[in-house]
Amino acid sequence: MMIDPVALFLLLLSASTPILFAALGELVVERAGVLNLGVEGMMILGALAGFAAAYHSGNPFLGFAAAALAGALVALPFAALTQFLLANQVASGLALTLFGLGLAAMFGKPLEGVKAPGMAPGPFRINWIVWLGLAMVPLIWWFLNRSRSGLILRAVGENHDAAHALGYKVRAIRLGAIAFGGAMAGIGGAYISIATVLQWTEGMTAGAGWIALAIVVFSSWSAPGVLAGAWLFGGVTVLQLRLQAAGVRVPVQFLSMAPYLATILVLVLISARQKYSRRAGSAAPGSLGQNFHALR
Amino acid sequence: MTKGTNLTASLFRAEGIGKTYPGVRANDDVSFQVAEGEIHALLGENGAGKSTLVKMIYGLVRPDEGQMSLNGRPHAPADPRAARAAGVAMVFQHFSLFDALSVAENIALGMENPPPRRALAARIARVSQEYGLPLNPARRVAMLSAGERQRVEIIRCLLQDPRLLIMDEPTSVLTPQEAELLFATLRKLADQGTAILYISHKLEEIRAHCDRATILRHGRVVDSCDPRAHSARELAAMMVGGQMRLVDRTGRQAGEVLLELRDLSLPAPDAEGTALKSVSLTLRAGEILGIGGVAGNGQEELLAALSGELRSPPGTIALEGRDLGGTGPQGRRAAGLLAAPEDRLGHAAVPDFSLAENTLLTAGSRKGLVRGGLIDHRAARAYAEQVIHAFDVRTPGPGTAARALSGGNLQKFVIGREVLQAPRVLVVNQPTWGVDAGAASAVRQSLLDLARSGAGVVVISQDLDELLELSDRFCALNEGRLSEPRPTEGLSLDEIGLMLGGAHGMEVAHI
Repeated sequence: MMIDPVALFLLLLSASTPILFAALGELVVERAGVLNLGVEGMMILGALAGFAAAYHSGNPFLGFAAAALAGALVALPFAALTQFLLANQVASGLALTLFGLGLAAMFGKPLEGVKAPGMAPGPFRINWIVWLGLAMVPLIWWFLNRSRSGLILRAVGENHDAAHALGYKVRAIRLGAIAFGGAMAGIGGAYISIATVLQWTEGMTAGAGWIALAIVVFSSWSAPGVLAGAWLFGGVTVLQLRLQAAGVRVPVQFLSMAPYLATILVLVLISARQKYSRRAGSAAPGSLGQNFHALR
Repeated sequence: MTKGTNLTASLFRAEGIGKTYPGVRANDDVSFQVAEGEIHALLGENGAGKSTLVKMIYGLVRPDEGQMSLNGRPHAPADPRAARAAGVAMVFQHFSLFDALSVAENIALGMENPPPRRALAARIARVSQEYGLPLNPARRVAMLSAGERQRVEIIRCLLQDPRLLIMDEPTSVLTPQEAELLFATLRKLADQGTAILYISHKLEEIRAHCDRATILRHGRVVDSCDPRAHSARELAAMMVGGQMRLVDRTGRQAGEVLLELRDLSLPAPDAEGTALKSVSLTLRAGEILGIGGVAGNGQEELLAALSGELRSPPGTIALEGRDLGGTGPQGRRAAGLLAAPEDRLGHAAVPDFSLAENTLLTAGSRKGLVRGGLIDHRAARAYAEQVIHAFDVRTPGPGTAARALSGGNLQKFVIGREVLQAPRVLVVNQPTWGVDAGAASAVRQSLLDLARSGAGVVVISQDLDELLELSDRFCALNEGRLSEPRPTEGLSLDEIGLMLGGAHGMEVAHI
């Protein structure tokens, strides 16, 4: 059984890109104190909108732009519900996922069976979008940890009452973060339809949005941690595909399960570490998932 | 040292300020002025409208009517940034800090145009040197003590060179030494010409350190005076309107033994807790037993052991001869042993529940608020109304969320909820912590009245004056051990100090 490590790494990069985008977007959203469980729904709509735009225009990059726009747009109702009408974030996020999956299945029907335009590879024969995803890791790290805006965003996520008392616009900042998260999830979804599978099929994100949510926890809310998590998941995915191709005598179902099992295992290990470590409390933003309401 | 307040120009002026919230008139025609270099106290009971007033000055709340001026210019800040730009800074009652962020990051968040990190760290170091407030800019706020946290807030304010500094009950979380340091800093600032608006209901503190006081009652200015020229009793009378009621201790007789603890030992419930070591006590009907001690010596654990949150071995706790060691809180309430813990929000009350819903937490079965497994909402509302009325809780009504009440008002509600259930034995921890003088005396009187009606009361407190005022017998908790009780009459503060410190010579918290 021969597996070329370089080829495997290139495949890993590609396999981890959708989750990387979605998880980086969700990282920013959660750092602003909002829990958006609608990642899967935003990804699938991004996959569809991106594929449609790429197919009709013939330009895959236009497809990614459309996917980002679609992801951000579909995140806005979630933002309005949770930030202005103070709806429960968990329920609204789940609704967003179900809504996205249903809407994509309906509008995707005419696109079934057609092929996406090909993409010219970037440097080192690696897709431009993969490069973009990798570049986003230090960018988002820098934004969160070194820039003034990032500091304000973290402050809003950490303690929205205190941020409000200092005069920061909690809802406006969260609105921006939610839209950004939607755009990133959209790009991640479109990478599956435009760059990996090259066609549209219903439910093609196959739970990637949920993995992205898990990876944000896995990362302890840090950008480099998100990269590590995405690579772990991508690595196990690629490895199990290779093992399947090599005809290992393990039932296919078990191999397909492996990436998900690995994610669960790591999450369990992390929460165990937090429980028994000396440092009190987890790295989660203090106001995560709580709605903000100011008395004027 | 203090400047003549009549000679200096008034820096801040408010005229006819009014603000109405649904159901509450928070401020009504409030006018006052603060001079340059003056430490000006805002005095008033809980719910008198002090916090609302300063929030308007800081731009967090907009007044419905009236004008303000600062430095001779109209002052109507749209938000806190505008207020900061105009020269107003504020240190909040509940810290407005971010635990997960560093000291420097927290300070940067409170500035309009913070310098780059290194320059900011240097400025923080310089200002903290200048005012004698040591701080390490790189530390995470979560690791700091209450006094250090307040230093962060103060330095955040000082870096903006404020003209008017507002402090909302700054000493309620400080040790006496930390408070002294704070006053030295404030005096230094005032001497440099900064006006300080100081909110507190600690009267002695205001008499010692403030140049002028404006007194608020029910949202209106009722008086303005030089606090140094009045006694604490006179100031309290202005706050509550009329003479302070002296608590009435008469008419009680010790009856049969109600509660008995025999050699109760419990391991510490968690890493920060204290183990109880062979605690014994007896409580008679009509008696109030005071338990003093420095915080963290087992007060919370003792309350939990009595309330039933911590179970104990059989034979250690008995109420009227009935063994309750293995009985949980519900069973103990049914038997007549009730408790009101120290932590109001989160332990004694659910913050997001309404007051009516909060009555269900402890009064559900004793007051018949639950029937056949279903909540009788009408009865719950009626009982909440009864508590609100009997204990003068200032709130729009029983539908109000517990978190919307000020600390003192919620405390009155929590104590009232237990007292009106007519317990056989009531255990309270810190019954008047953070409660103003008027409300505190009402709470204390209610405990005395309860004892007069034949119940036994255990008061756990760190306020020695309160314990001396209330209790018939006094004992001290020290590292989980309870001293022999002694009659309160004739007990001197020195003797109490020795009891509290045990052999360890710990410092006594005399509030």
